[in-house]
Amino acid sequence: MDMNSLSPTMPTSPLSMINQVKFEDEPDLKDLFITVDDPESHVTTIETFITYRVATQTSRGEFDSSEFEVRRRYQDFLWLKGKLEEAHPTLIIPPLPEKFVVKGMVERFNDDFIETRRRALNKFLNRIADHPTLTFSEDFKVFLTAQAGELSSHKKQGPGLLSKVGQTVRAVALSMRGVRSRPEEFTEMNDFIETFSQKINLIDKISQRIYKEEREYFDEMKEYGPIHALWSESEEDLADMLGGVASCLDRCCQATERRLCGLSEALLPVVHEYVLYSEMLMGVMRRRDHIQAELESKAEALTYKKADTDLLTEEIGKLEDKVECANTALRADWERWKQNMRNDIKSAFADTAERNIHYYEQCLATWESFLTAQSDLYAKEPPEDKP
Amino acid sequence: MEQAAPALERLLQPAPLEPLGHPDAGLEAAVGEEAEGAQDEEGPGDRTMTENNFWLKKIEISVSEAEKRTGRNAMNMQETYTAYLVETRSVEHNDGPSVLTDSLWRRYSEFELLRNYLLVYYPHIVVPPLPEKRAEFIWHKLSADNMDPDFVERRRIGLENFLLRVASHPILCRDRIFYLFLTQEGNWKEIVNETGFQLKADSRLKALNATFRVKNPDKRFTELKHYSDELQSVISHLLRVRARVADRLYGVYKVHGNYGRVFSEWSAIEKEMGDGLQSAGHHMDVYASSIDDILEDEEHYADQLKEYLFYAEALRAVCRKHELMQYDLEMAAQDLASKKQQCEELSTGTVRTFSLKGMTTKLFGQETPEQREARIKVLEEQISEGEQQLKSKNLEGREFVKNAWADIERFKEQKNRDLKEALISYAVMQISMCKKGIQVWTNAKECFSKM
Repeated sequence: MDMNSLSPTMPTSPLSMINQVKFEDEPDLKDLFITVDDPESHVTTIETFITYRVATQTSRGEFDSSEFEVRRRYQDFLWLKGKLEEAHPTLIIPPLPEKFVVKGMVERFNDDFIETRRRALNKFLNRIADHPTLTFSEDFKVFLTAQAGELSSHKKQGPGLLSKVGQTVRAVALSMRGVRSRPEEFTEMNDFIETFSQKINLIDKISQRIYKEEREYFDEMKEYGPIHALWSESEEDLADMLGGVASCLDRCCQATERRLCGLSEALLPVVHEYVLYSEMLMGVMRRRDHIQAELESKAEALTYKKADTDLLTEEIGKLEDKVECANTALRADWERWKQNMRNDIKSAFADTAERNIHYYEQCLATWESFLTAQSDLYAKEPPEDKP
Repeated sequence: MEQAAPALERLLQPAPLEPLGHPDAGLEAAVGEEAEGAQDEEGPGDRTMTENNFWLKKIEISVSEAEKRTGRNAMNMQETYTAYLVETRSVEHNDGPSVLTDSLWRRYSEFELLRNYLLVYYPHIVVPPLPEKRAEFIWHKLSADNMDPDFVERRRIGLENFLLRVASHPILCRDRIFYLFLTQEGNWKEIVNETGFQLKADSRLKALNATFRVKNPDKRFTELKHYSDELQSVISHLLRVRARVADRLYGVYKVHGNYGRVFSEWSAIEKEMGDGLQSAGHHMDVYASSIDDILEDEEHYADQLKEYLFYAEALRAVCRKHELMQYDLEMAAQDLASKKQQCEELSTGTVRTFSLKGMTTKLFGQETPEQREARIKVLEEQISEGEQQLKSKNLEGREFVKNAWADIERFKEQKNRDLKEALISYAVMQISMCKKGIQVWTNAKECFSKM
């Protein structure tokens, strides 16, 4: 099957979708590598904003070159996401990091925020690249390759503002009508998504809380070693032992810092991405229902109106196709998404567990070598605990 | 003043400077080997222990129970307090059975009374401290309430520790009031108060708080006082940090417990991940609950440090007592010197020192030779008395320094031993905590990998 003949703006037929899924299972054929880095601050008279460097390496024929480097700002990512959602209403588009940090008026441009956002944007683009359909999106290609001027002119194409408003009005009307006979499988999917969303949100909160507690523990630990060192200065006989305890505590403190970093790199971003995914999924479900509702309303109209039955019938035919494609696309993407979710969650937690094991092993080694040193010094067993 | 004489005598008695329980004396009060001499002395006014050859056998002391009581206090108002059961056992042979010889109930205020008495009558001894009156250095899980069962339990252990310390002290263990504390429930308070130690206590307290300049303090005591201040400061800082660290650690562990519940709920909608999630959740619960035991053990460690925090105060008190005696001595010497000078001037007729009598004599005419003779005589008597007093003060001072320093050396060794042991036990606790952590997270990792 020639991939190049597929245009993402037309609904793909179910058959071609299946082939695409099979194609994606062969990981060696990854031919698009993207990195997002180098955040830079830009100050104009109107605003201050950050741009990121988006570097692409590819061996694909449809790209004019094998390497590209562009600068993009958050707005550009938003635009891309919007275009993808428009073109593929029932595909699970990867989520973007939030626009701003809601809780606590965190300064928009502090380093942690920028770094977290950068990582999330990197993830976003790579997920698109790995997606069997989205990776061939024309808008995606333009995003990766166009220089600033080209991008803005490309953005101006497509449905104008008025038609967009029209779409929104119809969408609201339809959503108020609701869908009549949603297939069982999609109701099950919806239920799953609702529960999943609840749980993943809780896990996100718990994980953030753990990070906060560990950070505060680390802050207190920083003082703990030094106070023992201070004490050893006024002692004679006890000086060495106190010094030993002080250095053990310092090393455990460092291990705690590493544990903290691990949490913020490995676990928190993954869990948070799935929080955003769960919102995304609810949107996908709504859009699928919307498409079905369109069909249902036209079908209903057919039973009432006598005039223009031919036109209606033709429209209904197209809509039936549309519903069919939407459902098939979603079905396939859903399976793919669940598989990824399972792997990502499993990896993230297994990785966290591994880091925690490592943390405790390091602390254990520190204290054990302290004890060994003590018993070497005194050549006798540590005295029993006092009753 | 009558009470002072026996006390002084006791001070001047050659106290057994040989140690004094070997390192394990904390467990049992193995005292009495040196008591053979005391055995022969009998007498009602004697404060040393002689009755029943009590101290020749090994004794075990324990504060085994605590009980809530209600009673009426001095103002006839109802109050609730805790009473502690003090049991004394004697052991005939090394491995033989112990026989319960005495058992009575005491409350914290009676322990305080005992200690205050010891502080007054043994100023040269670093008197073991009591567990804290009110809970300090607490973190959120601990209660500040004196009636809280955990606090009561820790206090019980601290009181037992106090009695064991006193019983294993070569000098304090012989004290009659201490013996009566262990053996005579009723009327004990009256007996203590009859010693009149409160009168001495007031003046002593005043002395400890007063600021005065000593010209020639014993350098060792000055350094020691400085050390005791540093020790107090550093241990209380350490305890504060420890409490905060414990608080945070508690938070870290407990929040993980929330995973357990959510994983369990999530597992209900998952087919393949369900089992893994569920069992991982269980391990998170285990992790969360493991912190309770860990921190309880650590609390005992904190109590060991606290004992030395309070010991530092006792150490400081001994140093201040020395300063007071030294100051007293210097004042007495100064007074004597000025009287001598006065006397000399009167005899030789030269007036160098200012005196009111001298001035009035100048203003209103010379005194008669008889008057002068009388004055010289009075002064000479005073000088002679003063010289005697100075001599005995000097002796007292030297004895104090000798005895105090001996006890301080004993204390230093005890402190080093105990704190080393405490630090090692802290390391052991950390190791145990790490091992538990490794186990839990290894189990959790396995569950996650199977998801």
